Amino acid sequence: MTKPDYSDVTMRPKLVGKRIKRTEDLRLLTGTGEYVDDMQAPGMLHVAIRRSDQPHAKIVSIDATDAFEVPGIVAVFDMSDFEGECEPAVPTSRMKDYYATPTWPLARGKVRYVGEPVVAVVAESRYAAEDALEHIRIEYEALPFAIRQVDAVKDDAPLLHEEAGTNVIIKREFVRADVDEVFRTAAHTVGGTFRMTRKCASPMENRSYMAQWDKRRRSLTLYTSSNIPGVVRDVLSGCLGLSSHQLRVVAPDVGGSFGGKGSLYGEEMLVCLLARKLQRPVKYVADRLEDIAAMSQAFDELIEAELAFDDEGHFLGLRADVIGDVGAFSIYPWTAALETVQVISFLPGPYKIDAYRGRIRGVLTPKPPTGPYRGVGRPSSTLAMERLVDMAARRIGMDPAEIRRRNLVRDEDFPYRTAPGIIWDRSAFRDCLEGACNALDYPRLLKRRDRMRAEGRWVGIGIASYAELTGIGSRISVAPGMPINTGTETANISIDSTGVVTAAFGVASHGQGLETTLAQIVADELGCSMGDIVVLHGDSSLVPMSSGTYASRSAVLGGGAAALTSRTLKAKVLAMAAILMDADAADLDIHEGLVTSRTSNQSMTLREVATAVYNQMGRIPRDQRVDLTAQQTYDPYLGTACSSTHLCMLEVDPGTYGVKILNYVVSEDCGRIINPMIVDGQVHGAVAQGIGAALLEEVIHNDEGQSVAASLADYLLPVATDIPDIEIVHIEAELPNNVGGFRGMGEGGTIGTPASIANALTDALSHLDIGVDMLPATPERLFQLVRTARTSERATI
Amino acid sequence: MDDGETEVTLTVNGINVTRRVEPRMLLSDFLRHELGLTGTHVGCEHGVCGACTVTLDGRSARSCLTLAVMADGMEVETIEGQGTPENLSRIQKAFHDHHGLQCGFCTPGMIMAIADLLKHHALETDEQIREGLSGNICRCTGYVNIIKAVRELAKERGPLT
Repeated sequence: MTKPDYSDVTMRPKLVGKRIKRTEDLRLLTGTGEYVDDMQAPGMLHVAIRRSDQPHAKIVSIDATDAFEVPGIVAVFDMSDFEGECEPAVPTSRMKDYYATPTWPLARGKVRYVGEPVVAVVAESRYAAEDALEHIRIEYEALPFAIRQVDAVKDDAPLLHEEAGTNVIIKREFVRADVDEVFRTAAHTVGGTFRMTRKCASPMENRSYMAQWDKRRRSLTLYTSSNIPGVVRDVLSGCLGLSSHQLRVVAPDVGGSFGGKGSLYGEEMLVCLLARKLQRPVKYVADRLEDIAAMSQAFDELIEAELAFDDEGHFLGLRADVIGDVGAFSIYPWTAALETVQVISFLPGPYKIDAYRGRIRGVLTPKPPTGPYRGVGRPSSTLAMERLVDMAARRIGMDPAEIRRRNLVRDEDFPYRTAPGIIWDRSAFRDCLEGACNALDYPRLLKRRDRMRAEGRWVGIGIASYAELTGIGSRISVAPGMPINTGTETANISIDSTGVVTAAFGVASHGQGLETTLAQIVADELGCSMGDIVVLHGDSSLVPMSSGTYASRSAVLGGGAAALTSRTLKAKVLAMAAILMDADAADLDIHEGLVTSRTSNQSMTLREVATAVYNQMGRIPRDQRVDLTAQQTYDPYLGTACSSTHLCMLEVDPGTYGVKILNYVVSEDCGRIINPMIVDGQVHGAVAQGIGAALLEEVIHNDEGQSVAASLADYLLPVATDIPDIEIVHIEAELPNNVGGFRGMGEGGTIGTPASIANALTDALSHLDIGVDMLPATPERLFQLVRTARTSERATI
Repeated sequence: MDDGETEVTLTVNGINVTRRVEPRMLLSDFLRHELGLTGTHVGCEHGVCGACTVTLDGRSARSCLTLAVMADGMEVETIEGQGTPENLSRIQKAFHDHHGLQCGFCTPGMIMAIADLLKHHALETDEQIREGLSGNICRCTGYVNIIKAVRELAKERGPLT
């Protein structure tokens, strides 16, 4: 066998683009991973939390006397015990008419949702702590409340935060052109009310925190199941009055987040306060009921939207009035604007629409706060827009694929500025649509649907196209004027004296496989082998400023930082090697840890170079010697557009109203793919969550303000029988002016799926003239829609 | 001495274990906290999610719904008994090859459930595989690659005899 000739750089095999198996798998597959609840520390105490059973009430008294009878109890705390020991976290914003609700570790004076932490019990074991909880008596004085956003938004509604003077803490409007005039003169208009009800992100690992106080260094370490350890460090050091070197926040193995673990929680503050106060390690692990009741929730906007268009199906104008139910608090650091404002910023989708008006009001209600959840805002906005698009197609008798083809932003229009100010650039909007249609042979699929319908079956086809902004740089904030910068990411890469490469990042992988993908990039760009790289992440002490992994940013920003830093470091390695090999650095290259010369047969291993730099004094002149380390920050400035079209066919069972998805295809452009295996996995998982959101998952608060879902037997997550095979078409559109050419893709699947399913359900029920505009389309909801349609049919006959 | 505790003797991954435990102690807590076998995870405490799945005398069981004293005299297998990072078990290898895991939290329970499925269930069609896996929730993968892994394992195994 001849050895391949890699003297030509372009011929060398690259790791980026390959299905490299994940390095993190080995520990996770064998039970040797370490999640926070797996951690033990000598003398560790356990916390259980008594939560509010009232939606809105004044705390009159708390009596914990009997709790102290429980063996193993150590202490009981309410918020009054921490006065003067902490400041609240305040999610500030530059937005007009915004009120930043403060986040405290425990309820202070009153409770504002069922599930809000009120009393913390500390004991020698979790069993003892939970025993003691039952012996605490809390007297409440019930206060009036408005549980529905349509009521809470009224002028005379009871106030949840009196200091705000209103429940409407967010107001935002985007306007372009005279949209009302467009609607007055347009040939056609369609409209409706669209809604995705509340969801719970539901990672399989519940929120888990452990804090340790180091007496010697007077410092705290918080181990947290967070995907934003850097953000948590920055804000908690302020709240706790610690300088940042006295607080280290570490996210070890984290069992998923999907956004649910991507905000600051009062419980994180609480374990830190307790560890410092008691001078012992303190652990708190939420149970499933607590996470369903108190983890940040998703969506919950009421969207009234209308689309104006001409006889040829060209979109002319779009207007929307949205009320977002943000729950009881504005979440730190994202603010309540994150979810709500994105609904109106992304509503026009990937389409060219000149005239637009989108208004949102974000209103406080006695429910857990909404926060980031995979897709943020866009699953709701895409549902509304894609339903409008299908309604428009139906109105003028045009095929749903054709009307999208006519309105998607075209290549020649890039960069295209949408009415709310988002810039779409060089993404394969139309190729994604064609890719999806080709993958399922759309014309044949239509015929198949029609044949099945002829047999009396309720079969429908649905399309959803969307675009998202991923890997957002410093130009744009993910929520307007929020207190942190999410637009940069730093990599610190060093080669030690043995030639081992340590690449440290501010990102915090929690299932995305970044230990593998970032190593692939470093290996290619630096020229070392994968096996020589250790990727560190999820630790606030690694780089000067970090935030974490969220918002489809880590491949773009972390990957970009990895590439930039590796290039700088490679130049240093080659400069040192040039001295050692008495060669010109320009003639040297490094590949798989071997420095070779293009002009001679000389070569050196990376280890030899490192040893010479650090250990073999005299081999490199003192004034030319540099450490083999580099640190650089990447800022993609605007961010990258990522686009996709989802196409599916499904069938509704007329007996049970159960839905079976027959075909599903995702056609997407996430730019240059680092690891196709991981990208496919992200798409599969996000589509599954989208299916959950579309058909199963729903947090319902009843009129008394109680959450009806208390376990995973009530809050239904998709299981293997709910998810079809998912076909994926990748379109890797080139991305100029972007280090690495990567686009973010972790969220997309959740954005397109609910809309494509809603459109397919509407198509399947078209014989009854039913529009599925509210998700999840549970069997109950579908049954009611069909029953109402049949009743009114009978009434009109 | 009556400290309210009960003696329990069982085999865990082939090793005999005797401990005194509170009668109410869950098998999941016993494995995780008494024995330090933290590979078994707890996701819902209600027997819904399957993250805590172990095998008891070869059949899959929810360790969060089983008291440690109920496992007295039984053979318990946990993820730690499957394979090591250096020497993955066949199921673990199939998960690695097919990218059948992301965050890894449901994975140990999923693997233990599959160990039982491969021994006792037909798994000849995707329908049967999906049905078999439907007691274990994975929030990351959408199951697509887990099904691929099980498909391969079932094919390798051949029909149940």
